[in-house]
Amino acid sequence: MADNGDEDSQYRIKQGDYVVLKRGNIFKAVQIQPKKKVIFEKQWFFLDGAVGNFYSTTFEIVSGALQPQKLKNTDSFTDAKEAGTDNRNIVDDGKSQKLTRDDIEDLKEKGLEGQEIIQHLIDNSSTFKDKTEYAQDKYIKKKKKKYENTVTIVRPSCRILAMMYHGREPGKICHLRYDTLAQMLTLANIHAGSKVLVFDTCAGLVLGAVMERMGGYGSVIQMYPGGEPVRAGMESFGFPAHFHDMLHGFPICRVNALLAGTLDTTAKDPSADVKQSNVAAEDGRKQPEAEQQSSPQEQSMETSSGADGGHDQEKEEKEKRREAKAQERLVKLEEKRKKLAAAAALLEGRNADGLVIASRFHPCPVVMGLLPFLAPSRPFVVYSQYKEPLIECYNKLKEHGGAVSLRLTDTWLRHYQVLPNRTHPLLLMSGGGGYLLSGTTVATDRAKPAGSQRAEEPAPKRLKLTDTEG
Amino acid sequence: MSFVEYSDFIQDGDVAIVYLGHESLMPVKVQQGAQTQTRYGVIRHSTDLIGQRYGSKVTCSKGGWVHVLHPTPELWTVSLPHRTQILYTTDIATITMMLELKPGSVVCESGTGSGSLSHAILRTIAPTGHLHTVEFHQQRAEKAAEEFKEHRVDHLVTVRNQDVCQDGFGVSGVADAVFLDIPSPWEAVKHAKTAMKRQGGRVCSFSPCIEQVQRTCEALADQGFEEINTVEVLLRVHDVRTVSLPLPDFGPDSSAQTEPDAAEKAPPASAPVQTSVSLKTTTPPREIPGHTGYLTFATKPRT
Repeated sequence: MADNGDEDSQYRIKQGDYVVLKRGNIFKAVQIQPKKKVIFEKQWFFLDGAVGNFYSTTFEIVSGALQPQKLKNTDSFTDAKEAGTDNRNIVDDGKSQKLTRDDIEDLKEKGLEGQEIIQHLIDNSSTFKDKTEYAQDKYIKKKKKKYENTVTIVRPSCRILAMMYHGREPGKICHLRYDTLAQMLTLANIHAGSKVLVFDTCAGLVLGAVMERMGGYGSVIQMYPGGEPVRAGMESFGFPAHFHDMLHGFPICRVNALLAGTLDTTAKDPSADVKQSNVAAEDGRKQPEAEQQSSPQEQSMETSSGADGGHDQEKEEKEKRREAKAQERLVKLEEKRKKLAAAAALLEGRNADGLVIASRFHPCPVVMGLLPFLAPSRPFVVYSQYKEPLIECYNKLKEHGGAVSLRLTDTWLRHYQVLPNRTHPLLLMSGGGGYLLSGTTVATDRAKPAGSQRAEEPAPKRLKLTDTEG
Repeated sequence: MSFVEYSDFIQDGDVAIVYLGHESLMPVKVQQGAQTQTRYGVIRHSTDLIGQRYGSKVTCSKGGWVHVLHPTPELWTVSLPHRTQILYTTDIATITMMLELKPGSVVCESGTGSGSLSHAILRTIAPTGHLHTVEFHQQRAEKAAEEFKEHRVDHLVTVRNQDVCQDGFGVSGVADAVFLDIPSPWEAVKHAKTAMKRQGGRVCSFSPCIEQVQRTCEALADQGFEEINTVEVLLRVHDVRTVSLPLPDFGPDSSAQTEPDAAEKAPPASAPVQTSVSLKTTTPPREIPGHTGYLTFATKPRT
């Protein structure tokens, strides 16, 4: 192991890394920061102990600190290999466990490890010996889940983050199930070197997934609603810095201007910049920063708090601060303008290679608004939690033309328990993972209005198609 | 044209996908002077294809038209010549995500079969990854190698003609992910482990039968694999339809007369009452693939 320590350094957990905490099928994304206290599964601890260890290490939580687990669980519960043959003698009278809740708390306070507590539980259970071998396994598994205090730290990936979001906060990602996300990435032919449009109101998870599949090659343009793009999910991937160079943002409120050719990104004078920022920064959080109107309010608040003395000095300082702020604001605006211009330049060619939509918006206007930016013969995929709007979308695209191979689908996903003589589907499964509409763009005759598409189809084709299509 | 890079125009030597209509596609090797027969007539490559933009509408000799599409692994999957049973896009998508494939990944695969999954893997791991694919059937191995060349992905793949259960993948300590689609995957689990990086990685086995899954899971556990997880994923297609639902006629409604408004609105008996409503909805296909195979995933820990 020591011979190639350098090669291994990239597999070690470092300060500042975005990581995922894992226990069983429960995940939580965090960033490793000094003295950072996290709460995971009702337990709190600091992450500092993880630094320097390899990814996928399992840690024990010992009084709020992480310690690498020394030995893998040997699973050597119960020395007596006694087991019943069936459950005819097991009665649910609530008396089988002799330890009380307080007893267990006492054991915990004495600093006993999960494994030892479980052993105590088994020793004090009057029915454990009568349970079948299978039921004993199940009992141990259940108790382990409750009393074990270990956490594994893994590297984030699309697989893990998609499962994490789906398990913890499905509402934040419009109930997009991980296998549905997998379908999207494949159906949209996401790969290195392409130019992909992403419209994502799924916390930035879809954006991150697309970026992971592109490996830092090519460009991703995030089309976002409102003032600022949401990228929390993407941040959790912990991409290297150069990945961020390929990411661009474009506010959808300027799409019409861009399509009409009236988008002005060359503005140089500050007044135009402010105007622009007003449009770009629509949400409440950014607006006060960008607009002058907010300063009177700020002022009144500050004067009231510092009313009893040092008035002039404070005013001066305030003036200075305001100037610095204004300067900063101008720099920021200029940066923003440049970024917008860069994104607009990428879109203007109308030659993007892929379009991925996963949003809580009605998909119809989103698809119709963004499809014109795709080159012909490129795939697109639209996610919606609901089927009906995608039906509408399908009909609209059929009517409008410009897309073939349209398909409305969803996937059915079932997990299995695989054990000797006990293999069966899991008792619970997800009822649905959302719906997808996918298709491929084709060239439209731009000279003719889209509505005339149907009429110009030659008769023989129409007749023949009816028996193959549908 | 390449399966890992888009181009705008069709060139001599490309493989293009002719889209004839709903779920009906055919791959065409574009060659100066060649012709392709379709049910809508002949496509002349020199005039109809070469120099045209991908996605263009091409009018065939009988007056019908088709669209010519840029190849993608997904279009290839639904149009490729079958030499074996193949993996379809639904399973491929799940495999790609669950194996955590991305640009730069080194992947081992067996068997190559008709190359449906291979093309999807190559698309995802390009431009810096590599695929080692092992196929025990010599002709299939040769044919696959030939296709990879035609599709301009041969620089990303090594095809080996050997039996993975006996001879392994021909590499060791290099793979981030291994995929098995063979009759007895449990015999190849130790070879999968050998092929994988010391730092760990992901493995997937595809098997149609649950007995195969059972034995594979045992072998994976014996070899120290973790997070062993078996899933099944099926595609459900919703065919969009406009349907007409007839409305029943219960005869004159005496209670309606109590409301003067309703009575007024009711059309005279001679005029046709609305007898049906039109509805945009979806229907399931009459028959769908109800089983493809079980996908068993596992993680190889650091060793």
